[in-house]
Amino acid sequence: MSLLYVSIANRLLTYLRILVFQGFILFGVTYLTLTDVNHVNLILILLETIVFKAIAVPWFINYVIRRNEITREAEPYLPNFVSLIIVSLIFVATIILSHFIQDKNLDKTYFVVALSTLFTGLYLIISRKKIITHVIGYLFIENGVFILSLAVGNEMPMLVNLGIMLDIFASVLILGVFFNKIGDVLKNPDVNLLRNLKD
Amino acid sequence: MIIGIFLTGTLIVGGGLFFNRNTAVNYLLLISYLALLWFFSIYELNAPDRTQFEFFKPDSLGILMLLTISVVSIPAFWHGYRYIALHDETPKSRGLFFAAMVMLISACSMAYISNHIAVIWIFTEITTLSASALIYHHRNIRALEGVWKYVFICAISITFIYIGILFLSLAVKQAGIDDLSFDSLYTHASKLNPFWLKLAFLFIFTGFTAKLGLVPMYTAGIDAKDKAPAPAGALLASVLMNLGFIGVFRFYAVFSHTPLLKWASTVMIVAAVLSVFVATVYMTRIKNIKRMFAYSGIEHMGLVILGLACGGIGVYAAILHIVLHSFVKPSLFFQFNQIYRVYQSKSIYDVGNYFKYNKAGAIVLLLGFFSATAMPPSGLFISEFMIFQSLFEAHYILILAFILILLTMIIWGFGSNIFRLLFTPPIHINEAQIPKIKAWESLPQYLLLLIAVYLAYAPPALLVNLLQDAVKLIS
Repeated sequence: MSLLYVSIANRLLTYLRILVFQGFILFGVTYLTLTDVNHVNLILILLETIVFKAIAVPWFINYVIRRNEITREAEPYLPNFVSLIIVSLIFVATIILSHFIQDKNLDKTYFVVALSTLFTGLYLIISRKKIITHVIGYLFIENGVFILSLAVGNEMPMLVNLGIMLDIFASVLILGVFFNKIGDVLKNPDVNLLRNLKD
Repeated sequence: MIIGIFLTGTLIVGGGLFFNRNTAVNYLLLISYLALLWFFSIYELNAPDRTQFEFFKPDSLGILMLLTISVVSIPAFWHGYRYIALHDETPKSRGLFFAAMVMLISACSMAYISNHIAVIWIFTEITTLSASALIYHHRNIRALEGVWKYVFICAISITFIYIGILFLSLAVKQAGIDDLSFDSLYTHASKLNPFWLKLAFLFIFTGFTAKLGLVPMYTAGIDAKDKAPAPAGALLASVLMNLGFIGVFRFYAVFSHTPLLKWASTVMIVAAVLSVFVATVYMTRIKNIKRMFAYSGIEHMGLVILGLACGGIGVYAAILHIVLHSFVKPSLFFQFNQIYRVYQSKSIYDVGNYFKYNKAGAIVLLLGFFSATAMPPSGLFISEFMIFQSLFEAHYILILAFILILLTMIIWGFGSNIFRLLFTPPIHINEAQIPKIKAWESLPQYLLLLIAVYLAYAPPALLVNLLQDAVKLIS
């Protein structure tokens, strides 16, 4: 399951589809993992993953893209092949890292997946030109954090809930609203236009 | 109970400010909010160390910060009022401005006194939201750029804090406890798994640097303070930085009960020295006055964290320094607003001869410059001297020498800009257009600078007690 997930997150080409797919996979993962939390909680988490992460957010980003007439290209700074190698290196590094960790409370598979998603998201942010890809990179990070919270959170559902609710709050409300505004003020959504504020 | 009153009061005032369009009612609401804030701080001062609502426990450090924010918020509101009056704002933008300010102040105050790391985290998020409303006040493309960068970097650093909390929960779970409050962390500190604790520290520290203004996440704060209206920038440059300090301090206090203290101090010293270095690089070549004030804040936070990391007298000095800094820096930001009214520019190339146009304000700038560079009549001199002493006692002689060289360069950079602003005649200026600014408008700045001097040279017993109590958190 996690391997499949990894191979998809590796390609980074059709970001939105990947986000949807990640949402559904998160749904599956949560359903299988969180067995000993109560029902209300479980329903909340499942709703969050499937409705929010898999449907609402990608739809919203799609809406923003349409509205601001952003071209469909990702405009990376580096060629795709180099990106592929870098992301693979991230996976290898996290797998090696996880081998050094001895902890019975921690599910290693989740840990590896979470950390690699996290770093891939960070890489996505620094290697792409458009603001919208920065937002998507941030959403990747959020997904990674979500898995991380699953890796540690089976006995602390409270923490998972807290994280989910506030992640939603932070990521989409703030990023979404401002991106909408950026589209209004700035007809060309290229990050290079937001370069003037410096010393 | 009293916290409940404060929170509902905040929500009522904030909502009222946001929806109300009547000027008189708005200012009445602000005054009542100030009264509420003062009542709240004084109440907590008289009933310290009492757990309320399970998650809040005002200890002496929290109370000290609470009193600081109560003092600073009065001139902030007053200057906010002046700012709005001079900028012909619509009632809507005015309402949003003040509502965001109230939310920011309340979120900071709650975070100061909370006893649970997740609660601090929640209130940190609220400050991001309200600060972004303040930064985007002018609704133009530069403000948008500032707010976009601020929100993005803060969102990432908040995620970092969350990851840190997750790692911390792993460490806590291994020790067989399931309580993440600071009290329980202090008591069980020695039982926590060092590996997870280290990881948690790295993430949480990095996350809080966005608010505190240290390397690596300091950039967000600079743009924010530059783009926010000056009264809001003053809050961002003082009380919001204190929030970051509280986050770092409380988590560092957990480390002081473990053998990992040395490691954590090293991490903090590296970040602090780099921050002072970055501040030096920018301060010596910067041409934007407001950003220069913001970078000066980075320098001071570097010194504060340096003092904290060295331990001994440094902890006392660090807390004193951050309290005094939150009086000095706002006065510079408040004064900046009047500079902008005179020259309509932030660039050092467009200003000059400020003594001629606004004497009272020029004296504020001169005194503020002495204060911010910690020259002897200033209060910061005392705390900075103690920080150097702690560096010396901890045998960090090389770091001390390096820092002293950097500080000298900062004084040179800061001074050359300030003196240019004060004495050199400006090049293109139409003297007829310069508005007369009354001397009494600088009165709050004088008072703030005076408070900083008074607290440092003749500290009241209350301050000393609170400081000494706060130092005890780091054993």
